[in-house]
Amino acid sequence: MIQFQNVNKSYGNKKILDDLSLEIRDGEFAVLIGPSGCGKTTTLKLINRLIEQDNGKITIDGRDISEENTVELRRRIGYVIQQIGLFPNMTVEQNISIVPKLLKYPKEKCDEIVHSLLKLVEMPYEEYAHKYPAELSGGQQQRIGVLRALAASPPIVLMDEPFGALDPITRELLQEETRRIQKKLKKTIVFVTHDMDEALRLADTILFMQEGKLVQAASPEEMLRNPANDLIRSFMGRHMESANGTAKLLAEDFMRTRVLKVPETMHTLECIEMMRQRDVNTLVVLHEDDTYAGTVSIETIRKHGQAGREIRELISDEAMTISRKEDARAAFDQLLASSLQYLVVLNEDGTVAGLITRTSMAKAMGEALWGELTS
Amino acid sequence: MTITQFVTKNWVYIRDSLVRHLELVVIAVLIGIVISIPLGILLSRNKKLAAPVLAAVGVIQTIPGLVMLGFALLLFGIGMKPAIFALSLYAILPILRNTYVGITGVDAGCIEAGRGIGMTGSQVLFMLELPLALPSIVSGIRISTVYIVSWATLAGLIGAGGLGDLIWTGLSNYNTQYILAGAIPSAVMAFLFSGLIGLAQRALTPRGLRRVKQ
Repeated sequence: MIQFQNVNKSYGNKKILDDLSLEIRDGEFAVLIGPSGCGKTTTLKLINRLIEQDNGKITIDGRDISEENTVELRRRIGYVIQQIGLFPNMTVEQNISIVPKLLKYPKEKCDEIVHSLLKLVEMPYEEYAHKYPAELSGGQQQRIGVLRALAASPPIVLMDEPFGALDPITRELLQEETRRIQKKLKKTIVFVTHDMDEALRLADTILFMQEGKLVQAASPEEMLRNPANDLIRSFMGRHMESANGTAKLLAEDFMRTRVLKVPETMHTLECIEMMRQRDVNTLVVLHEDDTYAGTVSIETIRKHGQAGREIRELISDEAMTISRKEDARAAFDQLLASSLQYLVVLNEDGTVAGLITRTSMAKAMGEALWGELTS
Repeated sequence: MTITQFVTKNWVYIRDSLVRHLELVVIAVLIGIVISIPLGILLSRNKKLAAPVLAAVGVIQTIPGLVMLGFALLLFGIGMKPAIFALSLYAILPILRNTYVGITGVDAGCIEAGRGIGMTGSQVLFMLELPLALPSIVSGIRISTVYIVSWATLAGLIGAGGLGDLIWTGLSNYNTQYILAGAIPSAVMAFLFSGLIGLAQRALTPRGLRRVKQ
């Protein structure tokens, strides 16, 4: 467990950390986030003593780190930085095995580490071990940066905006890999970012900092539900809407508006022709004042319909209706509980607004999750 | 007298001058290296000192060679000693500056990563900074060496010998053959040193860095 107790740090007159206290549990993926200048990177670098606090106490597993030898302390803590910082004069293999070598592990052990770590990120040893950093892509370089931090199996790994300089696709891949590795190897990871997407994706606990203080430490779900202040709320931005917005989603958000509507005065044969052309088996039927009358299916017309008669007498009222302003949740419940293929959504004045089908429901859900869909 | 006759007749003189010239250059450059590289490392650790020290060393560089030799003569008398003293001083600046620039030019992220993963100060220096600064340092040595080969010709004036001896003899007797017998070997020497050190520089550049430039 990493603990900060009343830690202060200033540069000249500028206070960077203001009586900061926090706790990071073993095996936790803790993400430090906040506006720039909030002290998140300083906090991170205090843990491996690249920066020393003015006062206050930092302990790892109860031991005060200021009493430890900095070099030994750092060799027990993995470190990944944004600039990647691979050693350009060393091969991939040498970069990964640097800490084990500093710790004087035997050569066979170092070889084994390099082999197993490269396997972990699916970079074949034969292909990559003897390459130099300059011969790798940015994403591959940072993978090696992460592996270097893991090489001596440190229980704690510090990551300072490690994926900030990567393109979005590579970044997402590395986030996934990091999360997977963290779960697999059960590391305590302290991760600094200014990107809320990244924090929400990775964190067990998000530590939100502002002006050198910890404002809120909570799980991503909890932070989305109960942000401690407006700044956090604004950081969450669009995530807030999708998380809390479920309550606000209405039936109309899920309906499709292109519906085949026919007047009750239409004749049966015309209806059958229309259904055949449009490849549907049900029509929505309207009264003469355009209000909803019911539905008519192709089976009903075939069974009971007589040529030349109006469909008025064949209208069924078995389709369920829902007001467009009703909670979408109710619509989902009805649709899922019944064997119905659709719900009819009505306007306030009783006219037809649209239909909620299983497809329109799935499409709207998809858009809520991933934004506008292509088709 | 033909050139062949001249060379045959003065062979011992020319050979001894050449060897002496080499001695002067090699010793002066070695002293320059021994002073400059540690000093450069020191300055890279203490950047506030760097500007004044580099400026002071720069001033030395502006002192005309003859004046410097005069000073050295006053201090050490006649012979090789004053010449080596003066030439070593000239050798310092290019090596010192390139060492300093080379080390301070190493990528900050690389150094931070080195410290962050638990390298000691000397491990950062010997595993990262010096290997990465080596191309720059060697190029400083190359510049110094080429300078010193030409400046060492002045050493003949204060009785240090070397190819300068031949040149000054020629100048005082209006004898072109003496002048050429001093000038041509020193020019060739400068050329060869430059080429050899250039090769060494390539060999010493870490492989990972060589590829970046391609």
